[in-house]
Amino acid sequence: MVAIVGVGFCGFNSTTPDLSWKEIVYEAAIKAYSDAGINPRRDVDSFVTCEEDFWEGVAISDEFVPDQLGAVVKPTCTVCSDFLYGLATAYMQIKSGLAEIVVLEAHSKASDLKTLGNAIRHAMDPIWLRPISRAHPYYLAALEMQIYMCERGLCEEDVARVVVKNKNNALLNPSAPYAANVKLEDVMRSPKVFDPLKKMEIAQTSDGAVILVVASDEVARKLTDTPIWIKGIGWWTETNSYDTASFSALYAYKAAKMAYKMAGIANPVKEVDFAEVDDRFAFKELQHIEALQFANKFEVARLLRDGYFDRDGVIPVNVSGGSLGVGNLLECTGGQKTLEVILQLRGEAGKRQIDAEVGVAQVWRYLPTFSGAVAVLGV
Amino acid sequence: MAVGKRKIECPLYAEGTAVSEEDIKTRKVTHYEDHPDIRYSWTAGQAISRFLNGLKEGKILGVKCDGCKRIMVPPRMFCELCYKPIDGWVELKDTGTILTYSISYIDPDARPLPKPIVVALIQIDGASQNMAIMHLIGEIEPEKVYVGMRVKAVWKPENEREGSVTDIKYWKPLEG
Amino acid sequence: MEVEVIKGLKFQKKQDVAIVGAGMTSFKRRLNETGRELNYYAVRQALEEAGLTIDDVEIVVLGSAPDAFDGVHMKEEYLSDGAGGFDRPYMRYFVGGGTAVFAPIAGYFHVASGLADVCLVVCEEKMSSCHPHPQSAFKYIWDFFLDRPLKPNLIWIFALEMRRYMHVNNVKHEDIALVSVKNKANALDHPCSHVAEKITVEDVLNSEPMALPVRRLDVSPPSDGAAALVMVAAHKARHLTDEPVWVTGVGWSLDTTWWTNRDLYYPRYAAESAKMAYKMAHITDPRKQIDVVEPYDPFDYKELHHLEGLGFAKKGEAPILTKEGVTQRDGDLPVCPSGGLLGVGNPISAAMGVKACEIYWQLSYRAGKRQVAKEVSTGLCQAWGDLMQISTVMIMSNKR
Repeated sequence: MVAIVGVGFCGFNSTTPDLSWKEIVYEAAIKAYSDAGINPRRDVDSFVTCEEDFWEGVAISDEFVPDQLGAVVKPTCTVCSDFLYGLATAYMQIKSGLAEIVVLEAHSKASDLKTLGNAIRHAMDPIWLRPISRAHPYYLAALEMQIYMCERGLCEEDVARVVVKNKNNALLNPSAPYAANVKLEDVMRSPKVFDPLKKMEIAQTSDGAVILVVASDEVARKLTDTPIWIKGIGWWTETNSYDTASFSALYAYKAAKMAYKMAGIANPVKEVDFAEVDDRFAFKELQHIEALQFANKFEVARLLRDGYFDRDGVIPVNVSGGSLGVGNLLECTGGQKTLEVILQLRGEAGKRQIDAEVGVAQVWRYLPTFSGAVAVLGV
Repeated sequence: MAVGKRKIECPLYAEGTAVSEEDIKTRKVTHYEDHPDIRYSWTAGQAISRFLNGLKEGKILGVKCDGCKRIMVPPRMFCELCYKPIDGWVELKDTGTILTYSISYIDPDARPLPKPIVVALIQIDGASQNMAIMHLIGEIEPEKVYVGMRVKAVWKPENEREGSVTDIKYWKPLEG
Repeated sequence: MEVEVIKGLKFQKKQDVAIVGAGMTSFKRRLNETGRELNYYAVRQALEEAGLTIDDVEIVVLGSAPDAFDGVHMKEEYLSDGAGGFDRPYMRYFVGGGTAVFAPIAGYFHVASGLADVCLVVCEEKMSSCHPHPQSAFKYIWDFFLDRPLKPNLIWIFALEMRRYMHVNNVKHEDIALVSVKNKANALDHPCSHVAEKITVEDVLNSEPMALPVRRLDVSPPSDGAAALVMVAAHKARHLTDEPVWVTGVGWSLDTTWWTNRDLYYPRYAAESAKMAYKMAHITDPRKQIDVVEPYDPFDYKELHHLEGLGFAKKGEAPILTKEGVTQRDGDLPVCPSGGLLGVGNPISAAMGVKACEIYWQLSYRAGKRQVAKEVSTGLCQAWGDLMQISTVMIMSNKR
């Protein structure tokens, strides 16, 4: 088994004009190392970072990684993906005997990126998709939302309720810049910027960093009395194009299947206590709840309405406030999800603490992709 | 299924259709052009901000670490070797020694430059061994530059400085 | 200050890892195929050699360098179909040029960890999409505040490093040029090569100056291309072949971002990465125990630099090996028998085709005309990248 023995984060803020991203990472790293009780220059065998060039504005973002992590002249690599993919990498490096302690980093300095829409557009197929329109690529999410709502017979309120739940959950999270005491009417009044997608249903970007210290079984038991075990991890790519996608988050379903299999979970509803899922567009949360098998596809909306996924519900989803409350952290989104699961399992979640032993973190690779990862963590 | 026959020569075959620059220009090859507009405004952070502001005042600032006893430039908020915050700021001299140099004939897009330029790593006086910055060398024939040459910064006039590394126009040989 | 030693590794891997198939496309300045299509070609060839179909593949690793070349953000997603990434776990690693060997290292830990038994490793680079020149993409690798305002060209840093290497070790350009002569000649036997030719030291020294001391023929040309490897667990390898090539050691190391603060004459990152790999492969004397080497050679001096970092020669003595013909294909320590990047072409991460794939072919005696003269059992491939920061090393053996 592989365990998480230390965690540190910095943020999350809508903007961070006083610190460079390196300084944000340094702050988070210091916290993680003191939490784990290790010296990075002496104890860590391998470092893994998760980032994408165009989010950073650097053609080889790997170059700027080592110093702030204490990783100079150490095995260090970059995963071009979300934090959870990095967690999978750390897991594999430990399982293959290459390392005993791995440090995992992801950050977002989205406030440095002035043209988010154009960056996303740059991820679209250059020949098929890009020439079609110069519109802000959020329209891709609207397309998917439209299909999804039709197939499931959802009304606008069903999706809007996700925003209400998450933004209110975020009120108890001191590091959630987009927390708000919103009601259903407020969301319904929000303008449809990409019909049927409403403005409030889109997570805004924020800055921050999350660092984990991951260790092998033996080392973890030496370092801490409260290791958080990585019970299962899965990642999956469904397709890369809009003409072959299922529009029902098959990637998350398959990734979850892989993670559940590893964790020996046969019945997620019974065996998982809570989840942090990707909700960077409100409807995505419904899709992902379905994919994680917490509800069947025609029940999700009803269960949400009945409070099944509330903080005091049967399977609380996005107690942290999710990305709608904390913000879209780009490749660190999975980091925020994992962080919340860890804090909850350790009993360090403050006012929003719930009683739980097994939690799931799930993330999607954002527009315009159909890939994602799932981690099952437990005490 | 069995592979590993000694006679097979690998790679099995070379695939791929070579096209030339000319084929693109004459549109013999179907292609689509895109000029992405992706803009950033990077925050310099505490250390580099102070360094750039120092340049504006005509000073080269470094930092010191009491752990490894290094005086470092470019400055940073933490020592990457000792992994702890730095222990203070020091003003360095605007003279230095060339550690290595290159005579460049091309611009960033690999197009020829009208006149070759000399770029060098300059170890700044007052900083520790090998603490260098990359900058340009001027007021000398490119062939006459050598490793170990002593150089001095040539600053822009004060009113033209804007807090950038280009506030130093270039470095020139230090006579004597 | 002394760099700290990598802590003792345990090496309790779940299962041994073997390579059973490899493939690569042509490396050319500009190919008509898209990155996806190049991936498809390379994957098809690797699977064909391994005797597998795409349905046998459980997990896929992609290695690809800057998104700026292809002009696609998150290009792993864009490239996923050609790489065989659809409907399976698929992840991309990227450590600059070091990706060429880091991708197989990632393939190694995917399999060694027991998460998968059959892993497909794909590397792709489509540099020609970037205009006006692939080097334009390298404008964006520099530090925002310290380097970019000087309008640097990529070649600068290498020219600076080359000059430092020549100065400290008192090496002459003509000694370095021998590497380019050797590799370009070796590449004449490589069917995928881009710039194979018979040249002389004078040709190199008189070629067009780019950023002196770097001249046109000191540099490997930017190329399009793709390469693929099939890595499997021991029990699968037994079914597939009698002669698998085993991965016996991996190592990687990333040096500080402050490249102007390092003494550039010696690649300590290469030494550290080799140390990790040697320890794992139980190698104490690389010069005696390793039979064939494919170090990363995007510039001719880099081959020498890396040979020294990897411990095949003392500091400053690699040029002597070259001069004495030791590194020729029929020498005692063949180096870059494929023709390397200088001869075959340099599609950054897809250089895996002439690094990891070549060592695999050499050790399974299937390199054809490129096969080295001596008997081989252990080989090493290495790649390097970022701001002259990272080195990735993999050691293979045809004996378990």
